Amino acid sequence: MRVALFVTCLADTMFPAAATATVRLLERLGHEVVFPEAQTCCGQMHVNTGYLGDALPLVRRHVRTFAPYDVVVAPSGSCVGSVRHQHAMVARRAGDERLAGQAEEVAARTYELSEFLVDVLGVTDVGAYFPHRVTYHPTCHSLRVLRVGDRPLRLLRQVRGLELVELPQAEQCCGFGGTFAVKNADTSTAMLADKLRHVLSTGADVCTAGDSSCLMHIGGGLSRLRTGVRTVHLAEILAATEETGAVAAAGRTGART
Amino acid sequence: MSRTFLGMPATAPRGVGHLRGDEPFPAAARRALADPQLRRNLGHATTTIRAKSGAVIAELPDWQQLRAAGSAIKADVLARLPELLEQLELAVTAAGGTVHWAADAVEANRIVTELVAATGSDRVIKVKSMATQEIGLNEALEAAGITSVETDLAELIVQLGDDRPSHILVPAIHRNRAEIREIFLRAMPGVDPALTDDPAALAAAARRYLRETFLSTPVAVSGANFAVAETGTLAVVESEGNGRMCLTLPETLITVMGVEKVVPTWQDLEVFLQLLPRASTGERMNPYTSMWTGVTPGDGPQAVHLVLLDNGRSAVLADEVGRQALHCIRCSACLNVCPVYERTGGHAYGSVYPGPIGAVLSPQLTGVADNASLPYASTLCGACYDACPVKINIPELLVHLRDRAPHPRAEAAAMAAAAYVMDHPALYTAAQRAARLSRLAGRRGRGLPPPLSGWTASRDLPEPPPRTFRQWWAQR
Repeated sequence: MRVALFVTCLADTMFPAAATATVRLLERLGHEVVFPEAQTCCGQMHVNTGYLGDALPLVRRHVRTFAPYDVVVAPSGSCVGSVRHQHAMVARRAGDERLAGQAEEVAARTYELSEFLVDVLGVTDVGAYFPHRVTYHPTCHSLRVLRVGDRPLRLLRQVRGLELVELPQAEQCCGFGGTFAVKNADTSTAMLADKLRHVLSTGADVCTAGDSSCLMHIGGGLSRLRTGVRTVHLAEILAATEETGAVAAAGRTGART
Repeated sequence: MSRTFLGMPATAPRGVGHLRGDEPFPAAARRALADPQLRRNLGHATTTIRAKSGAVIAELPDWQQLRAAGSAIKADVLARLPELLEQLELAVTAAGGTVHWAADAVEANRIVTELVAATGSDRVIKVKSMATQEIGLNEALEAAGITSVETDLAELIVQLGDDRPSHILVPAIHRNRAEIREIFLRAMPGVDPALTDDPAALAAAARRYLRETFLSTPVAVSGANFAVAETGTLAVVESEGNGRMCLTLPETLITVMGVEKVVPTWQDLEVFLQLLPRASTGERMNPYTSMWTGVTPGDGPQAVHLVLLDNGRSAVLADEVGRQALHCIRCSACLNVCPVYERTGGHAYGSVYPGPIGAVLSPQLTGVADNASLPYASTLCGACYDACPVKINIPELLVHLRDRAPHPRAEAAAMAAAAYVMDHPALYTAAQRAARLSRLAGRRGRGLPPPLSGWTASRDLPEPPPRTFRQWWAQR
């Protein structure tokens, strides 16, 4: 299958390991990955901060960029959520019914990585090897906007060497919320403190999720406290094999204080 | 039919009632977050209610259909609100009640004050009511020399503690039993000085005090959970029975109700009386459901008044997206599941309507400029939407209101610049390079300047990677 990678601006700029892992994983499974270079940002930050007008050209760009492709995959629940649930709304508010219709068509062909693997490709064992104790944080937009359910867990359970430990109160938000983390930094930190407490209680050495943004938040806290626990995107775990050297696999913990 | 445009409906007036806080949410939240007792009380209470409510909701195989029905009935009500209110007025009047129309808090307070004054009583007993908290009725009555006694146990704790409610259903959720004991010892007339903090002892103390008040006060003020347009019936649901005392013992009963509480038919209550208790207290059925239709000669209050309150609701109704906030049945499920509310409590929201529903309702009632920080008091995690028994899409409303809120000038400029850069790939890749260069040139180890310092105060920044994805892609 020919898959267009919707890399997301955050993974492109700050977390390319999640994106390169997505490419390696899909190619290993026998699919052709293309990267439409005109893509930049889906506009979610603008929409969620209340700048729907500013988001319009970004929605238009995204739709134009991905319209030619049959399948679009992104390593992010949040950005796919924005494509599915916000793009048409932004277009409609601007009175552009044609763009709204096109946005809906692109959205219908756009998948978050775990959805694509489990629902479209029908695989749960992707041949990965990752010998670590791992806990999974179901990000809010994967959980409640996309409803990915247990798809990521089904994928993780098939990874050789991986010991999956359940995260207590997993469904509670980590406190990121985009610009919320800055506008309401104190409340965000209070939520993060509880998330970190639960992550640490599992004894895991890796916390994973399907969104680089939430992992940036959780990872920033784990790093600040020098916990020695790192965050790794789900795609990186699924891309790791015996051959690629999973023990030292990517997954930088933030180190900028 | 007149085609004259009469202008946009008015929002709730300033200077009266409790819809506006004294400071923006982040500042108020900061103080609340530093109160360990508050954090503990809230964490315990919301966790308990969540578990209880989740268990009884799971018992119903048709919960999702009930939610859809509740939402559809409310949408129908809002689509023909004027007609239903006039039908309600006719039915209440035909049953011997009197209907008053109040455009805002000032008018509602004046109407109720005059009605109480006409009875000659200098005291009223009150059923727990959000509408009367919203308009600041107690303060208005006090200014006229009339004492109000809150009879809901939690509302009484708030009143005796000279405090503000912090939750729609459990207004004293921020207090634990040790604090309640201290409040009773300090402020409850005739309290036993040997009072302990045993919940049963605290309830018994309140009961002794309230019984005396019930039997000696001739006027009651209530809100209403529902009003049935076809029959003129008003309904109050509660757990303690103190509401029923107020609704049955006095000579005069005055009910203040937001206009959106009307439902078309008696049968519609079937839906809401299943949704409300399971979503709010986590009970299969609330212990007391009181319904009254005008005056029944020789039984219960012989003077029955209904004050229909607008106070900004018509302005909410005028907003096609925003109006779904008027579906709210005040169950407070969204508060109990909200990770922000669980940590900050209700006072941080400034309004009597806290939590997610408050963040979308208060700014609409007052006009968004007066509560501009509230739509941002959420991570958009979506737990509120899942929990809402009438399917209010609160995240959608939050984004809608953020778009309409006044934006800080620097932020607006930065957002416009970011959008411009992201719509020009050459500029975008240049900006990516700049982000990486900052690693070599810049601020390592020194954090970020405000407002981004909010991030680095408690979180490390990720190390920018040596190559962006698109560089890797180009070079592979």
